[in-house]
Amino acid sequence: MSSGLKTLAASLAVGAALSLGLGGAMAAETPKKGGVLKFVVPDEPPSFDGHRETTFALVHPIAPFYSLLVKQNPENSMDPTDIICDLCTEMPKPTDGGKTFTFKLREGVKFEDGSPVNSSDVKATYDKIIFPQADVSSARKAYFVMVDKVEAPDPQTVVFKLKYPSSAFVPALAVPFNFIYDDAKLAQDMHWYEKNVLGSGPFQKFERQAGAFIKGTANPNFYEKGKPYLDGFEAIFAKKESLRVQAIRGDRAAIEFRGFPPQSRDDLVKALGKDVTVQESDWNCVLLITPNHRKKPFDDVRVRKALTLAVDRWGGSQYLSKIAIVKTVGGIVFPGHPLAAKQEELQQLAGYWPDLAKSRAEAKKLLKEAGIPDGFKFTLNNRAVDQPYKIVGTWLIDQWKQVGLAVDQQVQPTGPFYDTLRKKQDFDVSIDFNCQSVVNPLLDVSKFISEERSGSQYGGYTNAEVDKLFDAMNQTDDTAEQRKMMRRMEKIILDEEALGFITMWWYRIIPHRTYVKGWNVSPSHYLNQQLSEVWLDQ
Amino acid sequence: MHQYIVKRVLMMIPTLFGAAVLVFFLMRAIPGDVCELRLAGTGATFDPDALRLCQLELGLDKPLIGQFFSWIGGFFIGDFGNSMWTNQPIVDEIGLRFQVSLQIALMATFVSIVISIPMGIISAVKRNTWIDYCVRGFSIAGIAMPSFWLGILIILGLLIGSQALYGEPWMPPISYVPIWENPSENLAMLIWPALATGYRYSAVATRMTRSTMLEVLREDYVRTARAKGLVESVIVNRHALKNALLPVVTVIGIEFAFLMGGLVVTEQVFNLNGLGKLFVESVSNHDYTMTQALVMLVALIFVLTNFFVDLLYAWLDPRIRYS
Repeated sequence: MSSGLKTLAASLAVGAALSLGLGGAMAAETPKKGGVLKFVVPDEPPSFDGHRETTFALVHPIAPFYSLLVKQNPENSMDPTDIICDLCTEMPKPTDGGKTFTFKLREGVKFEDGSPVNSSDVKATYDKIIFPQADVSSARKAYFVMVDKVEAPDPQTVVFKLKYPSSAFVPALAVPFNFIYDDAKLAQDMHWYEKNVLGSGPFQKFERQAGAFIKGTANPNFYEKGKPYLDGFEAIFAKKESLRVQAIRGDRAAIEFRGFPPQSRDDLVKALGKDVTVQESDWNCVLLITPNHRKKPFDDVRVRKALTLAVDRWGGSQYLSKIAIVKTVGGIVFPGHPLAAKQEELQQLAGYWPDLAKSRAEAKKLLKEAGIPDGFKFTLNNRAVDQPYKIVGTWLIDQWKQVGLAVDQQVQPTGPFYDTLRKKQDFDVSIDFNCQSVVNPLLDVSKFISEERSGSQYGGYTNAEVDKLFDAMNQTDDTAEQRKMMRRMEKIILDEEALGFITMWWYRIIPHRTYVKGWNVSPSHYLNQQLSEVWLDQ
Repeated sequence: MHQYIVKRVLMMIPTLFGAAVLVFFLMRAIPGDVCELRLAGTGATFDPDALRLCQLELGLDKPLIGQFFSWIGGFFIGDFGNSMWTNQPIVDEIGLRFQVSLQIALMATFVSIVISIPMGIISAVKRNTWIDYCVRGFSIAGIAMPSFWLGILIILGLLIGSQALYGEPWMPPISYVPIWENPSENLAMLIWPALATGYRYSAVATRMTRSTMLEVLREDYVRTARAKGLVESVIVNRHALKNALLPVVTVIGIEFAFLMGGLVVTEQVFNLNGLGKLFVESVSNHDYTMTQALVMLVALIFVLTNFFVDLLYAWLDPRIRYS
């Protein structure tokens, strides 16, 4: 084995160990104080208001300035169900039959300007997110359909009253965009936070150079004593992926938190050896195939089912994962979550059968029954982004060719791509995606409910049974019952009605300078970005 | 001369108005808008109400003609408005980028002049010798190589070379520091793109200098100067060069204007926070107001550069001045 390959193997082993939660020994290292963490971010945030924006480009440079009410545990970041307190003191047990959640807040927490953080701030924050004024945009209002009202009976207590018990509520609270804002600023101007940053998080003294960087300095009054370990951070905007990779290689940045393709990981490992550590994880993002139910012949369930039966997901996972940021075969729920389908359950669904020849024979039979001639042409609408859209799109064309379909790929920049999905609606079949932060399957599957309710389901179908199951799952806290309903929903969507399909779940690869410690990869590039635990071993 | 200047200034107005009309309506012809992109983040939980609210806030619901006159009206009083993507004042967003682009354009132009004029002269004077062949080969290579590709090679060369020599890979800084704050850091970042682009543009200017120099050296007055017994250096530098520079000045002037807004890919390769990078981001974000402001700025730079080149022409060539 060459020395390069040995280094690659060694670094991957370290990464895999961390990903599997075996990083306990490393976590036990004593953190050092000081230093400035430099990281690269592919995009610049449109505004600084987490409540209105949806991009990770906001979370990476802005989240370190803010506190949340609750958050995913940064030290157990691979467990999507481990949600802990940030501003609250203890995760509450619901009362009133699961309809009331009472949170007690930490005392003595202050915003950067010295004003205290109390329950009225938390109430004002969640009122803005859940019940926004007519002129205020809230990107995550739909996550809180179960909330009836938010109350602040005393300065240290916040009470959420739900319309019905829902397991989706606590994960929705932990969404990393839910920054706690100062109620006085919001009372002054609901749009104040779009252009300003004022939080109570681990970092403060927001400094921005338009298009270049955002910097923050450690908050000496941060409520977690001794943290943050860093003196500060600098988020450097760098659009070009090759430059971000070279920046880590040349130590102009220590890490990029979104994720690199396998080739970039291998290049960095080869160039830096022990100076680079790789952390990897399944990623709560998935590429979907959306047939247009408004157009013939895709209104025919046999044709749609043939499309999914033609796809070799198990094989594709092996070779696509070498060149693209996709890997895991899964159903409609993030693999690894208790509500996700197990392999043997998946293998019962169309398109997941272990016998590929049988699956493709069935696809051909269905196409023939539907009157689709050999060599039938249609167009796959795709987004002009290499990783993983164009790679997966090209792979799909080959998969469909195996059952006699001749597919062209129409690749469009993001604006025209969404215009086709949302306005023109004239596509045959389209790639679409679903990318979430906190793994919250009960809400994440809203992508598959009827068009008029989902808002983001572009296939144009209506299915009463799917809607009913979605509502029922969200109105019970019985996990076994939820799992049963999820399986039924999955069977309808992916198999019986073939409403839309999953290709493969993404795979997150984070190669970073080895001196970056205390940061653990999580299933989402939106999570674990407060940076209070991060330290530099230099 | 005054009439000439006034005429040139008046000709700028229809040019700029034409650019304004074109950019405004072309941007709107692209499917999708800034709000759709803004809400595209997760692919899920898209809220049509949020889209409508965003379009309302940005005035995208108003008739196009109304939007155009509202924008052009602001433009004439110096109000460029806010970026539709960041909601920050456009003047602030462009300010720093302009500084970066100006510095890189000046440095690249300097590199281009330093390389092209001496090499063009030498090549012409030593016509059909091995020196001429070397210069021509060097300049053809510069034309053939895109500057961004050369930029990538420079970065990789620095990384690999520094690792081989010092054991630790080094690359130029990726965030900009103004020259008066930290000159060494500033130059460590900008010298490489200046060399990459300066070399590229010097290639065109070298060939232009060579061919015009050859033409001038064949002129009667040069023969007369030689007959008078003047030394070759005086003939070349004092009598031939000034006349040979006329078209070279035009080329360098236009290159400078192009460098101000056209270093789209090179800026991305070196992560320069300049106008070219902002241009690409604005177009891909459908940030209409920012793209319009940038197009108008670049159009203004081109028009002004042309204007100054024309004035320089008049200074260099009395026939233009007197006509």
